[in-house]
Amino acid sequence: MSELSYRQALHDTLREEMLRDESVFLIGEEIGVFEGSYKITAGLLAEFGPRRVRDTPICEEGFVGAAIGAAMLGLRPVVEIMTINFSLLAIDQIVNHAAKIHAMFGGQVSVPMVIRTPGGGGQQLGASHSQNIEVYYAHAPGLKVVTPATPADAKGLLRAAIRDDDPVLFVENLSLYNTKGEVPDETGRIEIGKAAVAKEGRDITVVAYSRAAVIALDVARRLEAEGISVEVIDLRSLRPLDRETVCASVRKTSRAVVLEDDWLSFGVGAEIAATIQEGAFDYLDAPVRRVAAAEVPLPYAKPLENAALPNADALIKVIREILDDTRYQR
Amino acid sequence: MRKERGTQGVAAAPAPATGGIGSESHETLQHYYRQMAFIRAFELRAAEMYQRAKIGGYCHLNLGEEATVVGLMAALAPEDYLFTTYREHGYALARGIAAERVMAELFGKSTGVSGGWGGSMHLFDAETNLLGGYGIVGGQIPPATGAALALSYKAEPDAPTPAVMCLLGDGTTNIGAFHESLNLAAIWRLPIVYVIVNNGLGMGTSVDAASGEPDLYRRGCAYRMPGVRVDGNDVLAVREAARAALEAARKEHQPSILEAVSFRLRGHSVVDPARYRSREDTDKAREEDPLPVFRAQLIDAGALDLSSAVQIEEDAERVVSAAVEFAEESPFPSVEELFAHGYATPVPNAPRALPGDPVIAPAGVARS
Amino acid sequence: MADIIMPRLSDTMEEGTIARWLKQPGDQVSRGEVIAEIDTDKATMDLEAYEDGVLERILVGEGSTAPIGQAIASLAGPGGTPAPAATVAQAPASAPAPAVSAPSAAPENPAASLGTSDRPVAPTSSPLSSPLARSLARRHGLEIANIVGSGPGGRIVRADVEAAIGDGRAAVAAMATPGPLATPSSGAERAGDDVEIVPLGNLRRRTAERLSISAQVPHFSLTSVVDAERLVAFRGEVNRGLDDSTKKISVTDLLVKACATVLRGNPEINSSWDGDKLLRYRRINIGLAVAVPDGLAVPVVHDADRKSVREISAESRALAERARQGKLSLNDIGGGTFTISNLGMFGIDQFTAVLNPPQAAILAVGAARSEPIVRDGAVVAGTTMKLTLSVDHRVLDGATAATFLAELCATLENPLRIVV
Repeated sequence: MSELSYRQALHDTLREEMLRDESVFLIGEEIGVFEGSYKITAGLLAEFGPRRVRDTPICEEGFVGAAIGAAMLGLRPVVEIMTINFSLLAIDQIVNHAAKIHAMFGGQVSVPMVIRTPGGGGQQLGASHSQNIEVYYAHAPGLKVVTPATPADAKGLLRAAIRDDDPVLFVENLSLYNTKGEVPDETGRIEIGKAAVAKEGRDITVVAYSRAAVIALDVARRLEAEGISVEVIDLRSLRPLDRETVCASVRKTSRAVVLEDDWLSFGVGAEIAATIQEGAFDYLDAPVRRVAAAEVPLPYAKPLENAALPNADALIKVIREILDDTRYQR
Repeated sequence: MRKERGTQGVAAAPAPATGGIGSESHETLQHYYRQMAFIRAFELRAAEMYQRAKIGGYCHLNLGEEATVVGLMAALAPEDYLFTTYREHGYALARGIAAERVMAELFGKSTGVSGGWGGSMHLFDAETNLLGGYGIVGGQIPPATGAALALSYKAEPDAPTPAVMCLLGDGTTNIGAFHESLNLAAIWRLPIVYVIVNNGLGMGTSVDAASGEPDLYRRGCAYRMPGVRVDGNDVLAVREAARAALEAARKEHQPSILEAVSFRLRGHSVVDPARYRSREDTDKAREEDPLPVFRAQLIDAGALDLSSAVQIEEDAERVVSAAVEFAEESPFPSVEELFAHGYATPVPNAPRALPGDPVIAPAGVARS
Repeated sequence: MADIIMPRLSDTMEEGTIARWLKQPGDQVSRGEVIAEIDTDKATMDLEAYEDGVLERILVGEGSTAPIGQAIASLAGPGGTPAPAATVAQAPASAPAPAVSAPSAAPENPAASLGTSDRPVAPTSSPLSSPLARSLARRHGLEIANIVGSGPGGRIVRADVEAAIGDGRAAVAAMATPGPLATPSSGAERAGDDVEIVPLGNLRRRTAERLSISAQVPHFSLTSVVDAERLVAFRGEVNRGLDDSTKKISVTDLLVKACATVLRGNPEINSSWDGDKLLRYRRINIGLAVAVPDGLAVPVVHDADRKSVREISAESRALAERARQGKLSLNDIGGGTFTISNLGMFGIDQFTAVLNPPQAAILAVGAARSEPIVRDGAVVAGTTMKLTLSVDHRVLDGATAATFLAELCATLENPLRIVV
């Protein structure tokens, strides 16, 4: 085990995979000479050269689509889209092509590509640069969508994603890049499609992913000090979604809340809540609650931005409300 | 009102001259006529089968484009790659895919080229490097460009590579993906030929109405990409122009545009009566219909006699009939296989629920 | 009339055996209600009614087996006419004799009961209950309608069902014949003349557990004596302007505000130990220890540094009231970052409070007393108050705690600083 930042874990994994497999190459805006907007690819151009670390002009649809074609011919492109907001310029290629090509052509070809892209608000980047729109992609069969919350998961899931033969949207989060955590030294993969019980607990289940999972874990530790035992489920993958792990937890705790950075309506929480009511209906002692972003384009002004984003206090408030409503006694 | 379209002269790099029918072997010419006649027969039957409700969805035909199709495919080497639009039956046939597998795909049968998953717009055949017909206008252009990137990635620097031929229609030259891809191909020097099949109409919108630069072969100028315009009704001219473009792509990694001008004989798709077209326009298309024109040329040149021509046409009908019969008799894909192509790499929790199925087995009740 | 069929309850099940009929002919059944238990090849499963109605006939008796899809009973829908209770059609000789007498719940005149005026009680009037409460009640043979709900809108939650299981009330009711109520606590039998056994309430138990945790924390305490003359005078001055005595501010209110103000400048105090790191709270939420009948409650004034003394006063009064009524919500008691315990009103001069985990510090406040003090070299009559700060030594050291306490004393001795 060694302690690494989320950023370093991503960087190291990219490098290791490039050393391991000649067919792995990086493609995206400003990843080479500039070393990446968030410096994930720092040093890789110098080490691997422009063939393996390919800077592109600003043309998301063009270079994402090109990566699809390269993947169809057996290469393993790892695309960086500077932020998930810009992925919308490529959504035709991602949803109409990457997601469809394997099935639409009867399984004759696959698209082994990874699209790495960070989402997230809270940095005063304004409405168009602060989105959590992973559900747009999690909605599409044929894609795999992973959302690592920790450096260890970032490493294990990126490795799995690169070696996977399907298109994987690998959603990072701006606020996680500097977070640190223990990362196993061995070259294990983390299975795509499996959630993690990030912390076991008895009294209530918090379902979260990406940045929200980190917050949920922090809240769980804080409430532990008050004697409230919170179980945290980190979804890790949005597609496929590990419904069983979520429901198994709720069958144990009989209370559930979803913490999510995306907008409330039609969000991840909506899917989780629907899943729980179907898979753990008779175990629920209270309605499933969701703590999600306010449904506005995210404002720039700091107090407004803070008010719109879900946070630990809101989660704690809702946990306490649910516990109150069910006459919780420790 | 369409501006007069030349086939030569204004091209920045004029299409290479052909030696004409006289310099080709009779065998080659007959082969081209056989392919053209076969595509014609296939497409007419496809239209019929569509109306008999044997074929569903959209169905776009290559009627009137047979010379372009056959000329392009004659130039494309087996190791080259082909990306096409949704108007693609002829390309699949000329690339050598059995008619029965193409017809079966149109019928949505398990024996179809794409196993019944794709239909008319999504023919794919790994064996012949046909990397797909694409239903989204222009959707194929970035992946085709990426395929060329992969070819260049896999080769030694400056070594010859196979080439990619990417087909697109005239209307597609206005979308962003086209320009982004041309730019990438230019800066990275990718072995690709963008073939614009210009039939004058993007659905019902004329090229003049849609394009600021209606000389479509010049639309690569902003990327310093050479372009050539060729008469799409002249199978030999198309073949020669394509050969030259492909050679430049393979050996010099010079991407280029090839514009083949022809006429759509019918509507945009089977269900389009094309009422927006003027009488003169349709008459001109009929007049220049490459099939009777080429047939007459060959007979005039002594490369084909009438009975052979009739024989070729009857053979085509017979093979198409057999293809229909094969498609008819083939089974539909089994519903059991609905999730068979969910993912190439299996992962836990991949969805397998049919509409109305529980998304998760309720606790305590086991479900298969 | 609708047939109730043998359901498919497992992947490999082909037939099922009726383990038990929970409803008898003539019984009213509502959608979702368990009407029978069925043994499959894997387990005993509940069979729920798919629609409302009256169970008309049982076609497959207890102990008998039927293939999937075969009718096992018939149900008269709300629009149909329930037939008189019928005997079981095919009970095997070996099966226990099923109850066949028409239960008293069946309407005496079924036809008449269908009139709109005296319809059976509509489902809407049945109590709200959580799915878990319903399934729990079912498993324990309790009638949910006999349980009193304490959740939002009177919803019956798990806690209510568990309470009912505890005292057996509803179970009795579910047996249709009233039985004896549960006997008084068996603990009384063990109590001798000298010892009265007092069962632990939840709050008492929780308080005890929390304080036991607290006892394990390495801690120390510091005491200072505050010259409280001006503080007391200041309070009197403020309250003099108030004609409504219910709005008068207390010394504790001033203490809350003073602590919040001083904590703002001493964030180290507003912290807690978190295993491998410290948590430093950005919000200042001050807990107030309040004695309640069953134990100790610590409601919290959130963001006390951003509230006026008057707001704090109103809020702590409301909190104390809810505490006495046992109506504090978790949001009322959660999130505290610092605690004040004032026993001055009980005449205590000085005491050391036990830490309120996970908070790093707690302030114990004694009574304001008239005492001789030395002022300007002379012994004069004055008013003093003793403050004792207990701190978690893992988080804080003596000097930091002393600085805080000194600043707090200085603030209390110059009470204008509290409000300005």
